[in-house]
Amino acid sequence: MTMLLENIRMAVTSLKANKSRALLTMLGIIIGIASVIAIMTVGNSLTMSVSTSMQSMGANNINVYIQPRETEKEEKENGIVFGTIERTKELTEEDYFTDEIIYSLISDFEDSIEAISISENVGSATIKNKDNSASISILGTSRGYFKANEKTMLAGRQFSGEETQNMRNVAIVSSKFVEDLYECEYEEAVGKDITAELNGEAVQYTIIGVYEQEDSAGMFGASSGTECYIPLTTAQEFNHSKNYSSLSIVSKVGVDSDDLAKRIEAYLEGYYRNNQYFTVMAFSMSSMVSILDDMMGTIVTAISVIAGIALLVGGIGVMNIMLVSITERTREIGTRKALGATNSSIRTQFIVEAMIMCFIGGAIGVVVGVGLGSFASSLLGYAASPSTGSIVGSLLFSLAIGIFFGYYPANKAAKMNPIDALRYE
Amino acid sequence: MNQNDNILHLSGIIKRFYIGKPNELQILNGIDLDVKEGEFVSIVGASGSGKTTLMNVIGLLDRPTEGKYIIDGVDIDEATDKDLSFIRNQKIGFVFQTYNLVAKTSALKNVELPMLYAGVPRKERTRRAQELLALVGMEDRMKHLPEELSGGQKQRVAIARSMANNPAIILADEPTGALDSKTGRNVMDLFHKLNKEQGKTIVLITHSTELAEETGRIITIKDGSIMGERAGKGQ
Repeated sequence: MTMLLENIRMAVTSLKANKSRALLTMLGIIIGIASVIAIMTVGNSLTMSVSTSMQSMGANNINVYIQPRETEKEEKENGIVFGTIERTKELTEEDYFTDEIIYSLISDFEDSIEAISISENVGSATIKNKDNSASISILGTSRGYFKANEKTMLAGRQFSGEETQNMRNVAIVSSKFVEDLYECEYEEAVGKDITAELNGEAVQYTIIGVYEQEDSAGMFGASSGTECYIPLTTAQEFNHSKNYSSLSIVSKVGVDSDDLAKRIEAYLEGYYRNNQYFTVMAFSMSSMVSILDDMMGTIVTAISVIAGIALLVGGIGVMNIMLVSITERTREIGTRKALGATNSSIRTQFIVEAMIMCFIGGAIGVVVGVGLGSFASSLLGYAASPSTGSIVGSLLFSLAIGIFFGYYPANKAAKMNPIDALRYE
Repeated sequence: MNQNDNILHLSGIIKRFYIGKPNELQILNGIDLDVKEGEFVSIVGASGSGKTTLMNVIGLLDRPTEGKYIIDGVDIDEATDKDLSFIRNQKIGFVFQTYNLVAKTSALKNVELPMLYAGVPRKERTRRAQELLALVGMEDRMKHLPEELSGGQKQRVAIARSMANNPAIILADEPTGALDSKTGRNVMDLFHKLNKEQGKTIVLITHSTELAEETGRIITIKDGSIMGERAGKGQ
């Protein structure tokens, strides 16, 4: 143990003696480690940020869509298999989910479903107030929507049963909308009227509530508008529609949402058995998150391989400089041997020196990498989150490089004949 | 003379180089030498006489091709390379013509080095190194690096280092060769002091008969053989 400490001291002394050379040698390791850490940091920040934004959309959510049925016919051309999709029919009102389907779904899955959220897209509009303007996309929503999307109300209230029933023109807007348009307290915005031009028709809505607009990941563009919610019935009235093209289902706590998605898909498929052209598809958010994680994992592996090559080159640089160093220090090695150093203590000394050099390089690389990665993440609009695992891994890996590439020069030093080493000029 | 009284016992030491090759070379032609504990012996010879090879054999830096060598009771025929490292560390103190201090390492650390390889604990190492540097009159230069010291100072540090593990013998190869006569004188005085006050056995290798005269016994070597020995003024 004391020997190891002494070896570390000796290594530091010898590296200090050749500072610029040591730094240049470390450069390969620094670049290798820095690039891995930078990319890992960006990747990790991206995954974390997308995962959290998906979580905020509700990880327990199951989305149900209607999609064209894939025909079972497969055409073989030149040995390549094409799955053909027949788009012979546009999606019409009859293909949508009806109230009847939704009621039976709710009653049959009473134990598993917490809420069902249905939304109906009405259109986008830009609302003006003096010099300010804010764009919104108007969405008709069921009362389950707020639960499904985990929206928090900051002021005002949600739609009342009366408003839903009578298709009132009331709206719940985002906190960002209020900030952009009125620059006032959220409470003051409640009660104001906004006029939106939709399909050439001016429609007036009264604001009854403000929800918290979370800083969504810049992915969807920071400048884009926010959503403005109106009662589902109001939207259906405006669109002259009765049925729904998609559903969002919130599963109860403790229910496996992947499994529930499969059961719901099978259940709803029953209603579409006779539909030649369309079928349903249900998938859970958590399965999306895991798909994303898999994708990230693949990218990280690919980049690690490339960085591994950079580190290999860096390691060879370390080996090269260690060989130069032991040649320069031949006399020192001879002296140490004359003073009683065994071959193994000389070997250990030089391996430790290579390890320290690589470790310092690795540590600088980690710092540079975290810095670059955080900077890049913040440019992309994600909260930087360096991955601890990759930092620890990189440091251990640089020590391993030290051992691997330090061994050959160290062994060469250890095997030097003390007489030749002492006589070396 | 009973060989057990001798700290060094060499008999029939032969050293050949390039064995089995056309340029095979015999440097030592059967050296017989005994050195008693506490002796100050000098080995004198011109360059090429084989005195450095003999010193390498005595210092266990090289093994003899033939012959028997016993140092402080250890027959080196039976010793492994690792044993030789241990014996060098414990029983021999080297002083070189070119000092051979480890660069970028303070005088104190240099003196500690043999104790480091002997596994002496840190505190004990430092204490002993300070003591030894004081003995050679270098107590006020302990933190200095070798490149900050004069030749004579470096050699004094080297002598302190040779004493670190309290070895049986000190082997000095042309210790004054790179020094001017005044500092060389100081170094020689130091050897005399160690020999008289500490009872150290010292083997001095030199080409200078003048220096050799100061020692107790002078052994002359020529063409790899001992040509004769006589008493010096030292004893």
